[in-house]
Amino acid sequence: MTYKMLDGNSAAVEAMKLAKVQVISAYPITPQSSISEKLSDLVESGELKAEYIRVESEHTALSVATTAQLTGARSATATASNGLALMHEILSMTSGNRVPIVMPVVNRGIAAPWTLWCEHGDSIAQRDTGWMQFYSQNVQEVLDLTLTTYKIAEHGDVLTPAMVCIDGFFLSHSLQKVKVPTQEEVDKFLGKYVLKNTYLDPSDPMFICNLTPPEDFTEMRYQQKVGMDNAIKVIEEVQKEFLSKFGRKLHIIEGYKTDDADVVLLAMGSMTGTAKYVVNKMRSQGKKVGIAKLTVFRPFPFEHIKNLLGDKKVIGVFDRSAGLGGQGGPVWSEVSVALKEFDIDIRSYIGGLGGRDVPADTIEKIFDELLSIQNREKDTHTQWIDLKKNAMEIREVIKHV
Amino acid sequence: MYNIQHDTKDLVSHGVPACAGCGLELVMRKTMDVLGEKTIVVIPPGCSALFSGFGDETALKIPGFQGNLENSAALAAGIRAGLNVKGDKETTVLAFAGDGGTVDIGLQALSGVMERKDRVLYICYDNEAYMNTGIQGSSSTPLFASTTTTPTGKKTNRKDLLQIAIAHEIPYCASASIHNPRDFQKKVKKAKETNGPSLIHIQAPCPTGWRYEPSKTIEIAKLSVETGLWVLYEYEEGKITINYKPKQLKPIEEYLKLQGRFKRMTPEEIGQLQEETTNRYERYIKKLEGMSL
Amino acid sequence: MQRQQEKPTEKPKKFRVFGPVATRFTSSDTGSWRLERPKVRFEDCIKCGTCAMFCPVNIIEILKDQKECVIIDFNYCKGCGICSNVCPKKCIDMVPERGHE
Repeated sequence: MTYKMLDGNSAAVEAMKLAKVQVISAYPITPQSSISEKLSDLVESGELKAEYIRVESEHTALSVATTAQLTGARSATATASNGLALMHEILSMTSGNRVPIVMPVVNRGIAAPWTLWCEHGDSIAQRDTGWMQFYSQNVQEVLDLTLTTYKIAEHGDVLTPAMVCIDGFFLSHSLQKVKVPTQEEVDKFLGKYVLKNTYLDPSDPMFICNLTPPEDFTEMRYQQKVGMDNAIKVIEEVQKEFLSKFGRKLHIIEGYKTDDADVVLLAMGSMTGTAKYVVNKMRSQGKKVGIAKLTVFRPFPFEHIKNLLGDKKVIGVFDRSAGLGGQGGPVWSEVSVALKEFDIDIRSYIGGLGGRDVPADTIEKIFDELLSIQNREKDTHTQWIDLKKNAMEIREVIKHV
Repeated sequence: MYNIQHDTKDLVSHGVPACAGCGLELVMRKTMDVLGEKTIVVIPPGCSALFSGFGDETALKIPGFQGNLENSAALAAGIRAGLNVKGDKETTVLAFAGDGGTVDIGLQALSGVMERKDRVLYICYDNEAYMNTGIQGSSSTPLFASTTTTPTGKKTNRKDLLQIAIAHEIPYCASASIHNPRDFQKKVKKAKETNGPSLIHIQAPCPTGWRYEPSKTIEIAKLSVETGLWVLYEYEEGKITINYKPKQLKPIEEYLKLQGRFKRMTPEEIGQLQEETTNRYERYIKKLEGMSL
Repeated sequence: MQRQQEKPTEKPKKFRVFGPVATRFTSSDTGSWRLERPKVRFEDCIKCGTCAMFCPVNIIEILKDQKECVIIDFNYCKGCGICSNVCPKKCIDMVPERGHE
């Protein structure tokens, strides 16, 4: 095991290299481009023995990875934002055919409006496609989650593809000190890719993904649901094994100082790191706050959430995506349903969109609001927590009347 | 492996629910006769999906994958990448798509494969419309043809798929016609042995969409070539060979009058099409001959 | 769901798989579509094999040394009439399909 200074993208590449991916089909898109570049460097230098397919779109990228994996190769692709949106059609192809691809998604908002910067709207919009979703707090987690996800996704009871979400620029481009395991350790942990379920082999032919009648479709979707349900258990087992072999603890949901907290904020991604710092600061001021860091969004770990937060009175859920048309943010909606049997006041917060930072001030403001609600001093909260006052007036055009 | 519940001479079931007289059915059988067992096929949703089958039944003895309409070439490239990883150079990767899934929505993926020189055998069976979804016009529908989205006749000429392939300078591509299956099979064999992308564009007359008696499929395919509407040629390592030049172009009226999809053409339009076809043919042959130099 | 090992001496085993896949090679009852059927006048047949070459369903067999030199599998013949159309000797007639099955 060595220490390396890696940014989020490099950590993802490091994990893919250690997992010995054999077919790579990545299309560049900000802020993911360095993943496709670094993988290309590794292949050209011979450090990684893989077929590098320089695809002409993300739609093709995931198509190539899917059939390459069905033919027997551990395949890799990565994307962000609009690229993930373009892949949308194939996401269902991959998950419906039970192809366990692990794909880093560098979270960036989807146009319009055009943005280059971080928000979760791209991956959250794909929550119904049957892919698992893991959100990283820091660069170490990017590496560790990617490594463990290969084992989880390829497990015979799961066979479900997974996105490892990396906050755009905040994690993808931020250098952090990362513990990197050795190739031998990872070989022992992951092993070679083993074809399970259906595959393409002329010596053992089958026709995959042909038209399926209504009599069978529901059952196949149910099989996917069972895979997702099994995933929770498998994630726990794999994370436990990872802790014993590599010494680092991963979570499905991490409660940081939530046990005796008066109010808790639930959030995903890099802002949870800032939130931990805010929790420490406010605790030193005598305010009993806590942060629940949700790592696994799909499958949605409702039992874990109930166990962690069932005894709270006031909770805030931070959505780094707009959830347009919904009553509140998407993560808030799902957390609310998970906790519906309890008498908890759950508030939806939306912010950090389109690259807007979620600094300590914003998080402190949220905690203060939640505390006021808990103390019955207030009843309202600011859903769009970092909204500017002149929201409806930021653009003007001049016309000749 | 397949649970074989049906006796066949070859790799394709005899009972495939393609229309009676379907040109595509003949294309698939002739293709599989050449390619054999060590083939993996990618079939998009469309008429060729009849061979992928329904439910747990299939009409092919080889392994295959039914992908999306626009990514047959991309899925094939993925299979080839997987086979490369396993060191398998013998297995043929076949993408078997129609005109809609090739020249329209599938063109980007195909262009990518051709640029990267991925070793994929791409057969485009051209029934000149989106037949499986109900005879809608595609960019391979010929001028004046009536489809459900060009009911009074298509106003523009069709895309030239082979010229697009030649622009990518792939090692082998060819046009073919099912009225000459031996020529087609020779081309499939050449394509199979090509170390890189290969494309065969074969016209597949469709009795349902072109509206003619099913028995005339071969007759119509032959007339298409004899009237100069469909030119048979090969492009091999930069060299063009014109496989057949009719001594005398037959009048296109012989071709048009057999098909209901040209029924609405006025005599002026037929005259216009005849002139255009003759001129186009002559210019095209000159161009092809010039390209070989 | 382990990968099946190819050992020809072992009995084939069934493995459960998930997702859409076709595992049986079968046929549809296309013979029942027929409204006409081809009838060959064997005495005029020159056994050139053209009909067999162009049959889209590939169910024509030529037996060069038999009087009944053209065998058609009527389980699958759709009655398209291509064989009749391409025969150089025009010795295949399309006759109405007998009976209602």
